[in-house]
Amino acid sequence: MDEKVTREIFPRDSRKSYGLVELMKKTAPIVRKEPEDTVYVWPNLLMIEIICAILVTVGLMVLIQFEHAPLRSLADPSTTPNPMRAPWYFLGLQELLVYFDPWYAGVVLPGMIIVGLMLFPYLDVNPKGVGYYTYTERKFAVFNYSFGFAIWWITIIIGTYLRGLDWQWYWPWSNHLEHMNPALVTLIPLHLIFVNWFHVSEGVGKLFGDIIFIGYFALGTIIPMIVWKPMYKAMGLWRYLTFSFFFLSMMGVALKIVLRLLFNIKYVLVTPWINI
Amino acid sequence: MLQKIKNEIVESQIFKSVFRHGYPDNDLDRAYAIFSSVFLHVHPVKVRRSALRMRYTFCLGGITLFLFIVLSVTGIWLMFYYTPYTGLAYRNIKDLQFVIFGGNLMRDLHRFAAHGMVLFVWLHMTRVFLTGAYKAPREFNWIVGVVLLVNTLVLSWTGYLLPWDQLAYWAVTVGAKMASYTPLIGQNGPWGPQLGFLPTNDIMFMLLGGTVVGQNALIRFYVLHCVVLPLVVTVFLAVHFWRIRKDGFSGPL
Repeated sequence: MDEKVTREIFPRDSRKSYGLVELMKKTAPIVRKEPEDTVYVWPNLLMIEIICAILVTVGLMVLIQFEHAPLRSLADPSTTPNPMRAPWYFLGLQELLVYFDPWYAGVVLPGMIIVGLMLFPYLDVNPKGVGYYTYTERKFAVFNYSFGFAIWWITIIIGTYLRGLDWQWYWPWSNHLEHMNPALVTLIPLHLIFVNWFHVSEGVGKLFGDIIFIGYFALGTIIPMIVWKPMYKAMGLWRYLTFSFFFLSMMGVALKIVLRLLFNIKYVLVTPWINI
Repeated sequence: MLQKIKNEIVESQIFKSVFRHGYPDNDLDRAYAIFSSVFLHVHPVKVRRSALRMRYTFCLGGITLFLFIVLSVTGIWLMFYYTPYTGLAYRNIKDLQFVIFGGNLMRDLHRFAAHGMVLFVWLHMTRVFLTGAYKAPREFNWIVGVVLLVNTLVLSWTGYLLPWDQLAYWAVTVGAKMASYTPLIGQNGPWGPQLGFLPTNDIMFMLLGGTVVGQNALIRFYVLHCVVLPLVVTVFLAVHFWRIRKDGFSGPL
């Protein structure tokens, strides 16, 4: 029933007393449905819940027959383990410390992930795809979630299996007891590459880096506005700008990982205060 | 004979004062069973048949809640044997391992249920995302869900310190060091020192109650892990379930 019609038939009146029945905005779960469509929670849903709980308990009981909670030697501030691993769910963030400075990888980026996740319902304007699994009706949203999810899990896998002493890259067949020579990998800020290639001063090289960094965000925001005009129109300016910022930041993390692993680039943006 | 004893019990004043309805073998009592119980009334009395389909929710949220309950029970049990004092904490865990009956069982259950809870929160979130269940009118419940996700991670992290072994000490040292890089309010963060933040007054100092992980950090993490964060999670869980009932289940019609 339309809300307007509901209001006409049942006008809200503070002098009346209201009982168990509530008038809900929009369509309630059981509006327009015959009673035959519904079943009692006792026992139908409760039985499912109990079976689930039993299965989880059995699973846990079986698991702890094979695997035990770890306990190492007593905490010792004078002996640092090498490598020092965070709990697995934070290994992705620890791995990101390889690619970014701690203020970004450890504080700002996690904050942005949390805020970005919270904003998702407000940035996704596509009304389709509620209540069923679909990829075709919301390709872009699913792509975005999967991409972030993939970065999170890939970095966890790298941190768990491919990092060894001094947090260096170790293949499963490498000798995990031997330290890697850190001199094998020399990291350079991007602006020094420009200095070498184009024989410009360091200041101009940094300017190139700044232009690339700002250009990435500027063009990454403006080009889709023109190419996918309907999408931009549907979102509106502020929603689009917010989305664009988070989207490009996420893509930037992936780009920086590639730049660092393949080309040993340390920083793109270099300023006296922060480097990214 | 048995029937008579049963009737005596079921008809007694005590039984009737506790259970206000008969055994739910008819529709009226089935309804009463749900809405007259404080524990069951988070459910509606009736649900759509299609809402029971396992391949929609995979029970992921329910499993997460169940793991939280397992964690609460085993966690409270463990509290009886644990002292948040650096000189005793590690020995308490050793006692749980080698001396106390059921100590290993409870500690292992607590540990793996915690891993499981982190995993299932993620899976539940992915399910909610893929079915578009966060869209209007359920936007706010998604935010509550993200808060619960963050709380789950922080709960796991604070619990990590309590055994006071090498794993605990250094994982928390690394994590706390991150806090010192917070822009503006951390001693090592951009603009932190310029604003007057030192090792003795920045955000990391506030977190640890000192400049290194020590007794003050242990008691802080203990209180956060055992009291503050479980309470926060419980409150947000209540809101989370309330909103599902108010906004409606997203599943197939």
